[in-house]
Amino acid sequence: MKFTFPVIGGLLVAGIVATTAISQDDIDPAIAAAVKARQAHMKLNAFNLGLLGAMAKGEIDYDAEAAVAAAENLAALARMDETRYWPEGSDMEVLGKDHTEALAALWADDSEFGDRAQTMAETTAAMAGVAGNGLEPLQGAMGPLAKACGGCHEDYRVKDE
Amino acid sequence: MTFLRYLIILTLFGGVLFWFLTRPQHADADLFAGVSGDAGRGETIFWAGGCASCHAAPKAKDEARLVLAGGYRMISPFGTFIAPNISPSEQGLAGWTVQDLGNALLYGTSPDGTHYYPAFPYGSYQHMTPQDIADLKAFLDTLPPSDMADKPHELGFPFTIRRGIGLWKHLNMSSGWVLKEAGIPALERGRYLVEAVGHCGECHTPRDWTGGLDRSQWMQGAPNPSGKGRIPGISPAKMDWSATDIVYYLETGLTPDYDSAGGQMVSVIANMGHLSKDDRSAIAAYLKALPENR
Repeated sequence: MKFTFPVIGGLLVAGIVATTAISQDDIDPAIAAAVKARQAHMKLNAFNLGLLGAMAKGEIDYDAEAAVAAAENLAALARMDETRYWPEGSDMEVLGKDHTEALAALWADDSEFGDRAQTMAETTAAMAGVAGNGLEPLQGAMGPLAKACGGCHEDYRVKDE
Repeated sequence: MTFLRYLIILTLFGGVLFWFLTRPQHADADLFAGVSGDAGRGETIFWAGGCASCHAAPKAKDEARLVLAGGYRMISPFGTFIAPNISPSEQGLAGWTVQDLGNALLYGTSPDGTHYYPAFPYGSYQHMTPQDIADLKAFLDTLPPSDMADKPHELGFPFTIRRGIGLWKHLNMSSGWVLKEAGIPALERGRYLVEAVGHCGECHTPRDWTGGLDRSQWMQGAPNPSGKGRIPGISPAKMDWSATDIVYYLETGLTPDYDSAGGQMVSVIANMGHLSKDDRSAIAAYLKALPENR
């Protein structure tokens, strides 16, 4: 029985190490999944917006069909119900900056998140309506659409890197 | 009694020195002689200077950003500064002369001869030309009045002693340009827009313990004074965007990977959208002309 102390000591150390490892990632799996989902949604936005932006900037040639497809995707994304993306307690102060850049203000009583999401739906629908009509209408629709992106990022997101 | 006598003399001497060093400065009386303001040109200076970002009511959008009622809360390690009403009303700038605006922008001195806190970025505005100040005054006079009363700043001792700001100015008002050489007119315009009117360095450059800009780390990024997040570096070593990318970002707020501007920069983009494409290009040219290794 002379190994008892080292064994207990070893188990204790292992236990502490394991607990620390868990507490670093101690996020409710449902919340973690919601954060991943909304971040994936943002990536899809950027991917489709990127094509329209490259045309607007003149980096690639205007292509009506491709522009309409990307704009329709953006409009479809903006129409999606996002309720389950944003569970309470999934902000940066709770989860830490490595997991999310969302600010608690998004969930505050005076949050205008819903209205601003509505603006996103309207501006993407407007883009889908004109993206096939030529480069100039597309460029014109980029302004309000880009502004709608900033509408939420102004008050509800913070960059910290 | 010798010690006491020395102490009295030293105190008097210190007091006189403090009084002398902290006197608010004024623009020369003839600086605006023969300069007449043009409201049209002044509008460009208004947007380039970002006046609305602090002086419009918080959350004001679009046309409402022309009502300069004040109320924006600027959080800093020294306390919270609350932007004043600068609309043309009794509660704002009614009765101000161009000379008054010049004293404010160039020296941080109010019409009643006191120091403004450097939350008002006169450390940058000090490089503005008399013509632009007269133009800006002409434009401000055309804006809608607001009767919103100013709220006092929320500061702790010793920052409540305004006279002390005179010392801050001696330490931190650098009269020269950071980018010494601006060979071509576009670059010179860019330097003027970035370093003077646009006061970009006030957020994108870190500050020392006095709250002054550390110009040796020009545009290299800084903690957000509000305590949340970081303001990104925009020097060549910190940001590798092309000039085209920068121009498009200033117009739309969209980054090269199609993320969008956030935080206070959303308001800056709203201002930059009012500039000409040439001016946005000049800003990009300036940023690309900063030393590459920093």
